[in-house]
Amino acid sequence: MLTKTLAGTTVEVNDEGFFVDADQWTEDMAPELAEEIGVPTPLTDQHWVVLKYMRSEYFEKGTGPTVRKLGKASGVTTKELFKLFPKGPAKQAALCAGIPKPRGCI
Amino acid sequence: MSDLKKLVILGAGTGGTLAANRLRKKYKRDKLQIDIVDQNNQHVYQPGLLFIPFGLTDPDDIVRKRDRQLHKGINYHQTAISSVDVDANSVSLEDGSSLQYDVLLIATGAVLQPEETEGLTGPGWMETVFTFYDMEGSTALAEKFDDFESGHLVINVIDMPIKCPVAPLEFAFLADWYFTDKGVRDDVKITYVTPLDGAFTKPTASATLSSLLEEKNIDLVTEFNTGEVDGEACKLIGYDGTEIDFDIAVVIPLHGGAEYVNNSPDLGDELGFIPTDNATLQSKVRPNIFVLGDAADLPASKAGSVTHFEGEVLVENMERFLDGREPDVEFDGHANCFIETGFSKALLIDFNYENEPVTGHYPGLIGLPLLKESRANHLGKLMFQSFYWHGLLPGRDIPGIGPNMPKSGKKQPVSS
Repeated sequence: MLTKTLAGTTVEVNDEGFFVDADQWTEDMAPELAEEIGVPTPLTDQHWVVLKYMRSEYFEKGTGPTVRKLGKASGVTTKELFKLFPKGPAKQAALCAGIPKPRGCI
Repeated sequence: MSDLKKLVILGAGTGGTLAANRLRKKYKRDKLQIDIVDQNNQHVYQPGLLFIPFGLTDPDDIVRKRDRQLHKGINYHQTAISSVDVDANSVSLEDGSSLQYDVLLIATGAVLQPEETEGLTGPGWMETVFTFYDMEGSTALAEKFDDFESGHLVINVIDMPIKCPVAPLEFAFLADWYFTDKGVRDDVKITYVTPLDGAFTKPTASATLSSLLEEKNIDLVTEFNTGEVDGEACKLIGYDGTEIDFDIAVVIPLHGGAEYVNNSPDLGDELGFIPTDNATLQSKVRPNIFVLGDAADLPASKAGSVTHFEGEVLVENMERFLDGREPDVEFDGHANCFIETGFSKALLIDFNYENEPVTGHYPGLIGLPLLKESRANHLGKLMFQSFYWHGLLPGRDIPGIGPNMPKSGKKQPVSS
């Protein structure tokens, strides 16, 4: 298992940088994570709406939502989501929000 | 007081039909009344849609009447569904009537929502932009392909979830075969465009399928998020502004639950799928509502094989519920898909919620090869159509094949 240090704390991540244990995440880690993966910083209120939604979905459903679900339910439209997280909202928001890689749907 | 219970089934497709027939065999008519509702009387064998564009099957061969697939003693209502009132245990139908139920089974599947993507159904729809996920689209494509001899064919999955997630890949493989046979493959460029980070979601199968795409000279574009389809300028436009030019685009539109779900308070999620217990298939909406097949929000493939395997579990749990016991029989997410790879060959994959598709044999040490091209798998896929009408829908079991995924015969991946 890989580890890395964020905001002074060591956390476990997988080979793509996704958190293994969402409970190891704290809010002050988000800006550092965002910078690492090319999410525009400083994080805006809208970014935080999405990050909080990611975490609540993860704890309720056991996996992060897809882009489509984010666009319908997070309160931020799909177009805006791609401005906030240019390289793919589902993946980048999951990385910043410290939740494991969304399973996607198959 | 009569002890007659009323079961209403919404949808007479794969799930609704097999459940109605299995339950009719289990219960006498004075114990259980079964009513089933569908908006039309055309039962389409959906895997057949894939073959129509390539002239490998005719539309007439894959459609039968819904009511003819149902055993005697099942009341068939042909009308659209307006809404479900989960507190009043009542379904309102578009013909003005309503049905009261003691237990409800939702099996209305997933519907295509092409209008949710900007431009998709605008100019060029059914001229340069098609889908093969319905009869209209797949027959229009057959005509289009007839005189298509050079240019760029793009296959694009807009976003998950979709029915039969392997079908778009099969389409790419069959297109390669079709244009090779026609002698124009060198003039037809084929590109597969997906929002996923690989050809498929599950790692071992994704690697195999990616190398097959490469072998067949099909380009793969991953993590492309289609925001708009312009059928006049012939471009897919990504949310990040990236463009992909095409001569023909074969698009798999967004999917959602049936329309009435959104008109029924507390029934569905944002996409119109019904929140359902992964294991028991009882809905999370009300204990007397069960869900079968694509209509559920399960983290399993939206595929006929999944619905088939769910069928047995569903029937047992519904029996327990009708007896006043807890539904506790568990479905494991088992899916089993033949993947046509062209040139009369196919792959087979077999997996569940926990286990990804791997190599080996199915259903045991001796059986069809898994994750490997073979003629036997292709024949298996072709023969399945007959079993669908004569075995699966009437509710017969396949000897030696239970609902849950077999582990013997499989090579387990080494976990990293």
